[in-house]
Amino acid sequence: MKKLVYDLVVVGGGPAGLAAALEARKNGVEKILICERAPYLGGILNQCIHNGFGLQYFKEELTGPEYASRFIAEVENSDIDVKLGTMVMEILEGHQIIGVNKKDGMFAVETKAVILAMGCRERTRGAITIPGSRPAGIMTAGTAQSYVNLEGYIPGKEVVILGSGDIGLIMARRLTLEGVNVKGVIELMPYSTGLIRNKVQCLDDFGIPLLLSHSIIEIHGKERLEGVTIAAVDKNLKPIEGTEQYVSCDTLLLSVGLIPENELSNNLGCEMDKVTRGPVVNEKRITNIPWVFACGNVLHVHDLVDNVTQEAEIAGQAAAALITNKTNEEEKNVEITHDNNIGYVVPQHIDALNNQGKVVKFFLRVKNPDEDVKLVVKDNFENILLNLSKSIVEPGTMVTFNLPRKFVTKDTSTINISISKEQAE
Amino acid sequence: MKTDILIIGGGVIGASIAHQLAKYNMDIILVEKASDVCMGTSKANSAMIHSGFNIDGDKLKGKLALAANKVIRELCDDLSVGYVKPLGSITVGFDETDLEKMKKTFENGAKNGIKGMKLLNQKELHEMEPHLNPEAKYGLFEPETGIINPFEYTVALAENAVLNGTTVMLETEVLDIIIENKTVKGVKTNKGDIAARVIINAAGLYADKIASMVEEIDFDIKPRKGQYFLYDKKWGKILTHTIYSAPTKVSKGMIVVPTIDGNILAGSNAETIEDKTDLGTTSKALNEIYINAISHLFPELPRMGDVITAFTGLRAASTSEDFIIEPAKTVKGFINVAGIQSPGLTSAPAIATMVEGLIRELDVDLDFSPKANYEKGRQAPVSLADLSYEERTALIEQNPDFGEIVCRCESISMGEIINAIHRPIPATNMDAIKRRVRAGMGRCQGGFCGPKVLNILSKELGITPLEVTQKGNKSFVLAFKNKELSLEEGDINYEKISI
Repeated sequence: MKKLVYDLVVVGGGPAGLAAALEARKNGVEKILICERAPYLGGILNQCIHNGFGLQYFKEELTGPEYASRFIAEVENSDIDVKLGTMVMEILEGHQIIGVNKKDGMFAVETKAVILAMGCRERTRGAITIPGSRPAGIMTAGTAQSYVNLEGYIPGKEVVILGSGDIGLIMARRLTLEGVNVKGVIELMPYSTGLIRNKVQCLDDFGIPLLLSHSIIEIHGKERLEGVTIAAVDKNLKPIEGTEQYVSCDTLLLSVGLIPENELSNNLGCEMDKVTRGPVVNEKRITNIPWVFACGNVLHVHDLVDNVTQEAEIAGQAAAALITNKTNEEEKNVEITHDNNIGYVVPQHIDALNNQGKVVKFFLRVKNPDEDVKLVVKDNFENILLNLSKSIVEPGTMVTFNLPRKFVTKDTSTINISISKEQAE
Repeated sequence: MKTDILIIGGGVIGASIAHQLAKYNMDIILVEKASDVCMGTSKANSAMIHSGFNIDGDKLKGKLALAANKVIRELCDDLSVGYVKPLGSITVGFDETDLEKMKKTFENGAKNGIKGMKLLNQKELHEMEPHLNPEAKYGLFEPETGIINPFEYTVALAENAVLNGTTVMLETEVLDIIIENKTVKGVKTNKGDIAARVIINAAGLYADKIASMVEEIDFDIKPRKGQYFLYDKKWGKILTHTIYSAPTKVSKGMIVVPTIDGNILAGSNAETIEDKTDLGTTSKALNEIYINAISHLFPELPRMGDVITAFTGLRAASTSEDFIIEPAKTVKGFINVAGIQSPGLTSAPAIATMVEGLIRELDVDLDFSPKANYEKGRQAPVSLADLSYEERTALIEQNPDFGEIVCRCESISMGEIINAIHRPIPATNMDAIKRRVRAGMGRCQGGFCGPKVLNILSKELGITPLEVTQKGNKSFVLAFKNKELSLEEGDINYEKISI
C-alpha cells in the first residue's frame, strides 16, 4: 500500500474543503492534500445552477458553479495537491488516513491535521417512513437536481414535493421551467422550512401552492408512482381524519431535511452533538480530537454557502495555527449553553485564552418562528454581554452574531444565549 | 423450446429445486415473471434460518425445516454464500403467561431434538442482551438459529443451476398449462410456448392460480402480510442474538434480529389480505409493530430517523397452514410446491430433495445419472469489503473500476456493480443492483449513487437512461430528456393541488 506524508488532509473538495485548504495554505501550511470523491471539485455546488450564491461573501450574485469555480481556480493555481475520484475510507487515531482511488489503489497518508468537510446528505423516505407501496418515481430533491442539472433528464411530468426545504423549493421552479406540472409543496410544519426568498421566488412567482400543516399519508402505484394521499395535520402533527385528498402524480420529491455525513467522524470517535448531528467543536472548529477539525455542512447544515466559506476559513486558520505551532499553549474552556427557543448553537464551547481574532462568530437556529425578539448573551456572572433585537427568527434561516472576545475573561466559565420576547433588564 | 423439467417461479424454492435437479443429466428451464429471481416472498421476510425449536415437528413444514437445518450450512459453504451464522435466539417474556408459553416452547424444542436450550432468569437475560427493556423478566435461549441474506442465497442457488446448464428465463409469465391425455405437455408464456415433460409449480403467492390451470384444487393461497423496519447499521450492536417476543397464535412472535450486513430488522405483524400485489406499508401496522415489538423489546430504537426503510412481505400461506408438496391428482407430470410460508427459507433444501423424490416416482423417463462435469459451487462475486487493503490494491491494479467507489454509504465500487450486471443471473435494474451489491441500500438509499448506478446500467446494458428501470417492467426512473417534454404526448394538466 502506497504511503504519503502531508501536513494537512482536507476530506471533501466542496465549498467547505476548498476554502479551508486555501486558508490553511495562506496561513503557512505547506503540504496540503484535498481528497474528493467526485471526479471534479466543487461538491454539490456543481448541480446548483440557480443564482443566489455569494451575496454576502463576494457581494455579488453568482450561480453555484460560478461560486465554486472561484475557489477551484485558486486551488488549481496553488501547490495544494488534489486527489479526485478518491474516497477516504478511514481516519485512524495515529494521524493516519486510508483512501482509495483508481490510480493509487488503497493508500495511507500520515498527516499532522485533518479537516472534515464531507458535507451532508438528504433525509430519505425511510427515515420519515411514509407508508404505502414502493414504486419508482420517488427520490430526494437533490437526486432529482442531479438528474436534471448534471445528467440532463427529467424524472416525471406531474410532481408533488414533500417538505419545503430549500432544494425542494429550487426544484419546484427548475421543473416548472422544463414544462413539468409541479402540483404543490406539502409541508408538515405550520411554517416553511426553507429560506423566505426561495418560497417567494420559486413557489409564489410560479403559482405553486405551499400547503402548510399537511402531510403525505400514503403512496400509491405498483411499478411507477401513480399518486399520493395528502392530509392536514393537527398541532401534534397527526393527520386529521376527513381531510384526506388523493393527488395523482408520477413523481414525488422529498425535501425533508439534511443530515451531516459523519460516518468517518463517528468511526474515529468524535464527540457528536445530538441536535446538529455533527461533531462538537470550539470556535476554532476543533473537535474533541485535537488534530481533527470540522467545517461546513458536516458540522451543521447551513442555508448559505457564504456562511460555509467563512466557517471553513476559521477551520483552515486554526489548523494552520496547530500545524505551524502558533496555538496558545494553555486553554480555558467556556461552555456555551442556550435556552428558550434555540435548537442549537455552534460552536458548542470556546477557548477563553484564544487570542486569534477580535470576535467569535456564533451560528444558531431557533426551534419555532417568532417576531420582535431579543437575543441576549450572558456570562456566568449574569453580565449581559450582548442584547440584540431581531424582528423575525425562523428555523429555516440561521441566526448569526459576533461576540467580541474582550467580553470573555479568564474567569468566564459559561456563556448562555437566549432568544425570547421578554425585555432584557 | 423444449425441456425435461420446467420450474415455474424463481424464488428460493424454485431456485433450490433447479439447483437440486441440475446435478443430473436432464434439461431444466426455470421461468420467472419478475425481472429478477427472489422477488416475492423470498425477498421480504425475517431472513432467519430457524433451528426448529419453536416449530411444530409433526407438520410437514416442521419435518422439512428440521431436515434442512442439517444441510444448509454445508450448502452455503459450497455456494460461497457462507453467511449462515449460528447466532442463537432468545425468546423474551414479560409475565407469567409468557413464561408458561416459553416453557411449552422449550418442551417443543426438546421434542424436536434441539440441544443447548436454557430458560434464563432476569439477570441472565439482561447479561446476554443488556439493551433489552429492563422490564423483560424471562428468556428462553436456544443456540442454533442463524441468519442469511435471502437474495444472495437465492441468487447463488440459481447461478449454480445456470452453471450446470439450467436456463433461467426472467420476465417470463406462464399464461396456461398445455395438457394432453391427462399429461402435461408444456406451458404457454408471454415469450412463447415451452414443451416440458415435468412441470414444477413453485409460484409462491400464485401457486393456486398456476395449480388451477391444471385441475380443480382444494387449496387457496391467502397472502399473509407482514411489515418490517430496517434500521441503520449504527444500531447493529444493540443486540447479539435473534430476539423473539413471546409467541402468539398466528406467529412465532415478533422479532428483532441482526442482518448479515449489520443492520437491525424488526417486525412483523400478520394480516391476511386478498390482494397479492399489496406490498404497501401502513402507518397503523407500523405503529403497532413499533409499540408492541420494537420499543417494547428495545426502548432505545427510534420510531423514525434511523429507519432506513420500512417494507412489506407477503407470506404465501395456504388454507391448510402447512406446505403442500404433492403431484397433481388427475394430471400426470405436474407437481405442486405450494403454501410455502415460514419456515420456507430454512426448509428450501429439504423441499428440493422431497420434490426430486416425487419426480422419481412419476412415471416419466428421466435420466437421473449424475452430470459428468457437475460444478458443486460457483465463483462468488468479488466483494471489496471482504478483502484486505493489500488485496484491494492488487485488484485495483488489475481492474481500476474497483478503485472507483460509487456507493459511498456501503463503499461499493464500480467494478462490483459492473460484475453484477454480467453475472449468470444478471442484475438489470436499480433494485437488482441494490440486492446484489448493496449499492443504494445504505443510509442515503441511493440518493447519491442512484444517478451513477443508472448511468452504469445504461452503458453496460446498451440502453438509454430513459429505459433504465427501478425494478423491471415499466418502473422507469426517468421520464424524458431536458427540453424534450412533448405536450401532445404528455397531455399534462396544469392543475395544482387545492384544498
